[in-house]
Amino acid sequence: MQKYTRWSAILVVLMLVLAACQSDGGGDGSEAPGESADASQPAESMGTGSAADCDADEFGCIEIAEGDPIVIGTALVITGANESLGLDSQWGVEVGASLRPNIADHPVEFDFQDDGCSAEGGTAAARALVSAEGIAAVIGTSCSSAGVPAAEITSAEGILMVSPSNTAPSLTAEDTHEPFYARTAHNDEIQGAAMAQYVCEVLSLSTAATIDDGSPYADQLANVFAREFESQCGGTVTAEEAVSVGQTDFSGVLENIAADGPEILYFPIFVAEGALVTQQAKDTPGLDDTVLAGADGYFTPDWLEAAGDAAEGHILSGPDLAFAGDFYEAEFLPAYQEISGEDSTISVFHAHSYDAYNMVADAIEAVAFTEGGTTYIPRTALRDAFFSISGHEGITGTLTCDATGDCADAKISVSQVTDGAFERIWPEE
Amino acid sequence: MPGRRPRLNLVNLFLWGLGGTIIALALIGSFLTIQQGRLSIEQWQSLIVAGIALGSVYALIALGYTLVYGILFMINFAHGEVFMWGAFTAFFTASGLANAGILESSPVLAFGLTLLSAMITSMVVAILLERIAYRPLRGAPRLVPLITAIGASLFLQYTARGFYGSGVRAYPNFGLFGGDIQLGPLNVPVEDAVVIVSAVTIMLALYVFINRTRTGRAMRAVSEDKDVAAMMGINVDRIIVTTFAIGGLLAGAAGILYTLLFNQVHFFMGFLPGIKAFTAAVLGGIGNVIGAALGGMTLGVLEALGPNLFLTGYGIPAPNQLKDVIAFTVLVLVLIFRPSGFLGRKEST
Repeated sequence: MQKYTRWSAILVVLMLVLAACQSDGGGDGSEAPGESADASQPAESMGTGSAADCDADEFGCIEIAEGDPIVIGTALVITGANESLGLDSQWGVEVGASLRPNIADHPVEFDFQDDGCSAEGGTAAARALVSAEGIAAVIGTSCSSAGVPAAEITSAEGILMVSPSNTAPSLTAEDTHEPFYARTAHNDEIQGAAMAQYVCEVLSLSTAATIDDGSPYADQLANVFAREFESQCGGTVTAEEAVSVGQTDFSGVLENIAADGPEILYFPIFVAEGALVTQQAKDTPGLDDTVLAGADGYFTPDWLEAAGDAAEGHILSGPDLAFAGDFYEAEFLPAYQEISGEDSTISVFHAHSYDAYNMVADAIEAVAFTEGGTTYIPRTALRDAFFSISGHEGITGTLTCDATGDCADAKISVSQVTDGAFERIWPEE
Repeated sequence: MPGRRPRLNLVNLFLWGLGGTIIALALIGSFLTIQQGRLSIEQWQSLIVAGIALGSVYALIALGYTLVYGILFMINFAHGEVFMWGAFTAFFTASGLANAGILESSPVLAFGLTLLSAMITSMVVAILLERIAYRPLRGAPRLVPLITAIGASLFLQYTARGFYGSGVRAYPNFGLFGGDIQLGPLNVPVEDAVVIVSAVTIMLALYVFINRTRTGRAMRAVSEDKDVAAMMGINVDRIIVTTFAIGGLLAGAAGILYTLLFNQVHFFMGFLPGIKAFTAAVLGGIGNVIGAALGGMTLGVLEALGPNLFLTGYGIPAPNQLKDVIAFTVLVLVLIFRPSGFLGRKEST
């Protein structure tokens, strides 16, 4: 027994030493503010700056040696029930990199992480990217539930994070936004209002009910829709119900809602629960005449497949993919198909992630400077450059960032499932 | 009540107070809800039928827990994963049949094949589990197989994730179970009716098997006293394997019935039904076969009715988010007031 005690004690000490070496700042740190003092000529397409900027910058500089790649991290939901949302955005970023492979004369490399569409996943992804050190910026997260903790973690380290699909209003609200967080997706204040406008003006309905799943995205979007529906046309919201992620039996919720017979049931939740609610709502007697509606949380062929025939006639709100110009059809989509191997896009935020990539690249090139062959990117300056982007011509429109991080040129459309496929029905093109 | 009188100390008083408060709140809530009269009789009936259907699935899984506990006195926490493996593997059978066109031409045959593949997969997983994870630990103190079971559960979950991916897959539609049927005053969806009838048939078959066949008698003997049964010439190892195999068959059937109700499979789908089936087994008296069946049905109905019945009366917003709270509160109450379950035997500890 004594022998074992001795060996296990040695093992424990070794493990403690290893753990200590892994902590922040240990090992090779690639952030060394103010290292070289020589100011050499900056490259043509880059900003001017010097070592003093790195000293003055609160979070220091990212250092990239000559020939080394600039690493951009992504934190998107690439596994699980909602993988189509994350993979679609990730491919959008990869299209961006294929059409613009160099930023500030350095090749681009990615560090793909999984945000799991949950707070735990977002925390894990953000921690992984932060500890990887030398990440220039992050494109993520997919889900707002992951975005809330991830934004906090990356902002604490001064890492710029741009989301292609977070839409919860709280992420860019005055009192709750994080300083290094921005997004190219629409704010759900706009989506909720647009959906309410559609229901009020086009469908002319007067009663509605909502179901959310407790996540920041669903909860806030359902809330915005309900308030807008009440204020825009004086509609009555008969029930605002909630379910849990992972729940499979929704008969109780649906019976409860059916008791008041609303004319439309809006449940902006995610793929797995959305498909089950769609099917079970069709089987609930009191909801025979109720219009079923959802949002960009399950705007994907995965949901169509899971819901089957019950999806027919379903209405979904989401970002408007009727983009102006030829670039989307002529260049983006073929590159997307080649990179992904899919015949068509599998979700709706790929163009937003493409625009996010290009805006991040523009911001890096605006502030990066080279001294002695090494490129330095001051973190706070990068953030400021990104947030001051104005009039960027992207696929999704003309993007201008405001002080709290909303950059999108927000356009919302409503689609309907016809013959097993999504068909855009409003607004008229 | 036979056995020792429960002691009147502070802990027990607190627990009884807690349990009593919960029950009182539930009763008052039900009264208020019925007074409010939001849901019609048909809606309550429909909820009860849905509850019995889901409860039948829980009952089939709970039988697996109870049989194993009766023989080995261990909780097989990996049983939820046995259920998941059956359902998930049968998904590939069903998709394969759908692609081959057999689903359209003879849906009943396709359904039968899918059911068979689920039951066989679950049985194999259960037998492997017994052989690899539990048999080496036969004589170990009780905590060891428990922890092993949890480890086996995680292993099975993530192996399924590795083989089958982390996405959610939707079962193809067999086209057999749409619509409703009229049973007297009740309007029952065909799915629910099929699930209830199948589950009850399987449970009756199990009951007959345990009480009328030699192997069943051997199982009962082994669960009464393993050593004496061995002395009487019963091959205890074989009986234990048989028990796990039967538990696996039941779980596989439960898997298919579950996908009739909710047509999605996911590598994590066994976790919550597994815990709820365990609750059901405890509710009915762990070790008691009829108890497991009744416990499952009761839990299913309580879950279906619970949020709407107990909570809407208080005006709680979105009560259905607390569905799982109801199921586990039931477990807490059972453990406070009657730890051996309703039909359970009092252990002479």
